[in-house]
Amino acid sequence: MTTLAQSPEDARRVLATMWMIRRFEEAVDEMFARGLLYGTMHLSIGQEASATGACLALRDDDVITSTHRGHGHCIAKGADLGRMMAELLARDTGYCRGRGGSMHIADVSKGNLGANGIVAGGIPIAVGAGLALKLQGTDRVALSFFGDGATSEGAFHESVNLAAIWNLPVVFVCENNHYGMSMSVEEVSRLERVADRAAGYAIPGGTVDGNDVQEVYQATTEAVAHARAGRGPTLIEAVTYRWKGHSKSDQNLYRTREEIESWRQRDPIDRFEQAVLEAGTLDQAEVQKVRDQARDAVRDAVRTGQAGPPPSTDLLAAVYAPSEVDALTITGDGAHAPPLPDGASVSGPVAAAAGTRGEAEAP
Amino acid sequence: MTTTETQVETMTFAEAIRAALTDEMEADERVFVLGEDIGVYGGAFGVTTGMLDRFGAERIRDTPIAEEAIMGAAVGAALCGMRPVAEMQFSDFTAHAMDQLVNQAAKVYFMLGGAVSVPLVLRLPFGSGTGAAAQHSQSQEAWYAHTPGLKVVMPSNPADAKGLLHAAIRDPNPVVFMEHKLLYRTASGPVPKGDEAIPLGVAAVPREGSDLTIVATGIMVSRALAAAEELAAGGIETTVVDPRTLKPLDDATILERVRATGRALLVQEAPRTAGFMAEIAARIAESDTLHYLLAPVRRLSGLDAPIPYNPDLEKASVPQVPDIVQAGRTLVEES
Repeated sequence: MTTLAQSPEDARRVLATMWMIRRFEEAVDEMFARGLLYGTMHLSIGQEASATGACLALRDDDVITSTHRGHGHCIAKGADLGRMMAELLARDTGYCRGRGGSMHIADVSKGNLGANGIVAGGIPIAVGAGLALKLQGTDRVALSFFGDGATSEGAFHESVNLAAIWNLPVVFVCENNHYGMSMSVEEVSRLERVADRAAGYAIPGGTVDGNDVQEVYQATTEAVAHARAGRGPTLIEAVTYRWKGHSKSDQNLYRTREEIESWRQRDPIDRFEQAVLEAGTLDQAEVQKVRDQARDAVRDAVRTGQAGPPPSTDLLAAVYAPSEVDALTITGDGAHAPPLPDGASVSGPVAAAAGTRGEAEAP
Repeated sequence: MTTTETQVETMTFAEAIRAALTDEMEADERVFVLGEDIGVYGGAFGVTTGMLDRFGAERIRDTPIAEEAIMGAAVGAALCGMRPVAEMQFSDFTAHAMDQLVNQAAKVYFMLGGAVSVPLVLRLPFGSGTGAAAQHSQSQEAWYAHTPGLKVVMPSNPADAKGLLHAAIRDPNPVVFMEHKLLYRTASGPVPKGDEAIPLGVAAVPREGSDLTIVATGIMVSRALAAAEELAAGGIETTVVDPRTLKPLDDATILERVRATGRALLVQEAPRTAGFMAEIAARIAESDTLHYLLAPVRRLSGLDAPIPYNPDLEKASVPQVPDIVQAGRTLVEES
């Protein structure tokens, strides 16, 4: 079997995605510190492998639900960085036209049904999406990302059970980053592993190293195949760690500097780069080129975002849909993306750098 | 047989709802129903009786007792091109499903910048009068009406139930469809044949009179009409306005009818404080209709108390026909 690190195309694509997530979040972290961004945000720096590996196992027409820590999922599912940045900058060109912000970014055109401000809020929605995809007679699947904190919510248990009894094409991916805000995962359950909960619903479950993109990709690929074959849901636990605080108010009082440092030593991007270099798939210069492209894509996104006009102020006209806008026709080509206001555009290089699977740039 | 007779048939409230569900499911394969005991059992109130045989278990989906998953599954299916109709066995159980209803269904279209709509219907059997006590008898329409993004419908008779449910299922937004439990079997009346929708946001005026305007919702409409008969015997002529949908609200009709009589009696089953009739009172007060009033607006509501079990107490805790008659008479006589 060829691993992701052994295939030049896959290696480049995985690195590009992980670096774009990293650089995007570093950029917004810095912009927040400089007072350029409003509200709050939840960064997934250190968790890039789980978003990247899981989404790589999906087709463009599969759907995901995401979380408050969702920038990585969004990028990995193929979102346009410029429109994401425009959303964080609260512009009309943002994915949510400035109405959602970090916690609600969605790119329905790419099958991302949205980040979610409610812990476990996306899980029942993924089950409903899976039900729709099944009723429509497709072989598309729904994948739900959620954190360890979400597994204490009733919504998680009700949803996994419903997907199990209805044999729905859903993949549940728990990104166990060890803390629900400040509460450690050990304190909220007597189970050794989140994946042990799968047994309670008689579905397959397993734990993978969430900082190893190959492991996440393989486990998700198996779960997706299982779902596509009509055999029902799987629970994957991807063990990872967030380097940054829960949100902008976090002072890291519940964990030690040493613990954070120990996880920084398990940097998922560094590990994958080492694997790629050791396999001789790409050389240093090629790896550096991918990094540079990610940096440039994020810089472009910031420029694009900042150039966007302010949003419409007619909020009352935005509450109810005048006609149906559904995600049934997701094609993966962005054809169903929310309309941009007149005269607005997003830059090409950003979209190109964000490329979806099969569109990885030539060296 | 006259033309009129061929164009209507007599149905109970429950039959009218079933007829609308059936019509919509036959016309649109995206429509499906999910909820607790809606299959073989036919639903706790018999609304879906026989539908399992007709449409099969894929489209008449019995669920576990898991209201949040029911609601969330409806949201997710709606986002992906289906038109789910979810039933809560009792309206009260929506408390279990509020995150998916309030934080997800109601907000997704707005929050995602209009990228995707959430066309679903949540059917809620609600209200007191069955001896089911405090956790199975509530009237929570104000909760939903207070949530931007939800539409709220409350029919008072079989014809409206059918026509409004057609509109609700075809609407691209989440619609909370409130069905008073006492109406299911006791309300029976002519329902037009065919599948014509009654537009959301249009009030009905089932009775017209010059002395007093009663605005009533749900089962209070039939009580208001009965009260209007008694008042007429005493020489007081009453207009009855049934908003039919609380959101969007046809306040133009309400205000016009209140201006015409100069007296407003607002009747709801729900508890008084922050109830929906407080909203109607406020709209009267903040419009020029205020200047037409011959007397202060009067509200008749349920008590600010949970619904009790004892049948006499249960009856006493929400407005009954004699209460409406008395309040109407007082309002007219004192002004």
